[in-house]
Amino acid sequence: MTGTSEARDGRIGNWKVGVVTSIRRESASGRSITIDVPGWGGNIAGQHTDVRLTAQNGYTAVRSYSVASAGVGDRIELAVDRLPTGEVSPYLVDTLREGDELELRGPLGGWFVWTPQQAESVQLIGGGSGIVPLMAMIRSHEASGSATPFRLLYSVRTPLDAFFRAELESPSANLEVTWIFTRRAPSGCSRPAGRITAADLEAHGFPAALSPTVFVCGPTGFVETVATALVALGHEPNRVKTERFGGA
Amino acid sequence: MVEHIDGNALAGPLSDLFTFDPTTASARCAGCGDVAVLARAMVYGEPDTFVVRCANCDDVLMTIVQAPDRFCIELRGMTWLKIPR
Ligand SMILES: Cc1cc2nc3c(=O)[nH]c(=O)nc-3n(C[C@H](O)[C@H](O)[C@H](O)COP(=O)(O)OP(=O)(O)OC[C@H]3O[C@@H](n4cnc5c(N)ncnc54)[C@H](O)[C@@H]3O)c2cc1C
Ligand SMILES: [Zn+2]
Repeated sequence: MTGTSEARDGRIGNWKVGVVTSIRRESASGRSITIDVPGWGGNIAGQHTDVRLTAQNGYTAVRSYSVASAGVGDRIELAVDRLPTGEVSPYLVDTLREGDELELRGPLGGWFVWTPQQAESVQLIGGGSGIVPLMAMIRSHEASGSATPFRLLYSVRTPLDAFFRAELESPSANLEVTWIFTRRAPSGCSRPAGRITAADLEAHGFPAALSPTVFVCGPTGFVETVATALVALGHEPNRVKTERFGGA
Repeated sequence: MVEHIDGNALAGPLSDLFTFDPTTASARCAGCGDVAVLARAMVYGEPDTFVVRCANCDDVLMTIVQAPDRFCIELRGMTWLKIPR
């Protein structure tokens, strides 16, 4: 370590070494990964971490991952979807094992966050792995006993692609969950499979007149479609918070 | 569509440089005068170079180049940055 980085000890941006304590299958391409990160010190719902992989030749790759857990302590949960041609996600999904070490920094970001002090209604809209920071908000909402109404619209290709499915299929009293299936809907589902539309937002989301805070997260294209539709439905742009995960 | 993400993602890279959370700092765009938190800006070109563009007019607010031995930050596109404390 160089003198400069030593002088920066204690900064959020310092790389910390975590140890993987468990890995759970969420879908064919998704895993949730629980990691003990000494020095993490807890996080607010919605924050993320940067993960750094270093190859034998010293080449490094850094990617951001939202934290699915919230609260105090040094144990965090991430959930990662494998992009077949990706550099980092296939390693995290297919190769990483319990007991492996992982370099991380964070908790990062103080804007795309929800705290139990917030009293307004909250609309969560997630596409694919975009559920991850929203899950932290749902868990924080439930753990805090907040009576604030929450609604979630969760868009996934098929029921089998959903992350945190069991948890979302039995939501707490103050959470309403609407599923959007884009490729294949289960039998008995009245909405035909297809991408999320303004009509879905209007039918299942809190109306703009209620001035909810809206959190939208997922692939960049999903986020942009949804954010544009929300503003067209009358939502105040400043109340719509977005987190783009990348991709077209 | 060119791939881009939000300013949220700058929290990690800029944490090397600043002791405050840069994503909740507001910047005024020198091009259009829009004031927004950096988290709302559009970020292009990960991982070693970040071009940060105004979400309102698409002008470049800031460019960050990360090299192994240095950081280079170009801030010509913003008139000011207001940091909460
Ligand atoms: C703030 C933030 C939080 C994030 N949180 C999560 C999270 O909780 N879980 C998670 O799985 N991912 C998350 N991501 C995305 C993650 O950072 C990586 O971009 C993703 O894992 C792909 O990395 P990779 O190295 O495997 O692929 P790369 O090698 O970077 O890219 C592979 C190819 O996939 C394309 N691509 C990149 N991202 C996407 C995407 N989202 N959808 C479709 N195509 C894409 C690229 O254009 C490229 O062609 C988050 C991103 C940000 C900015
Ligand atoms: Zn501008």
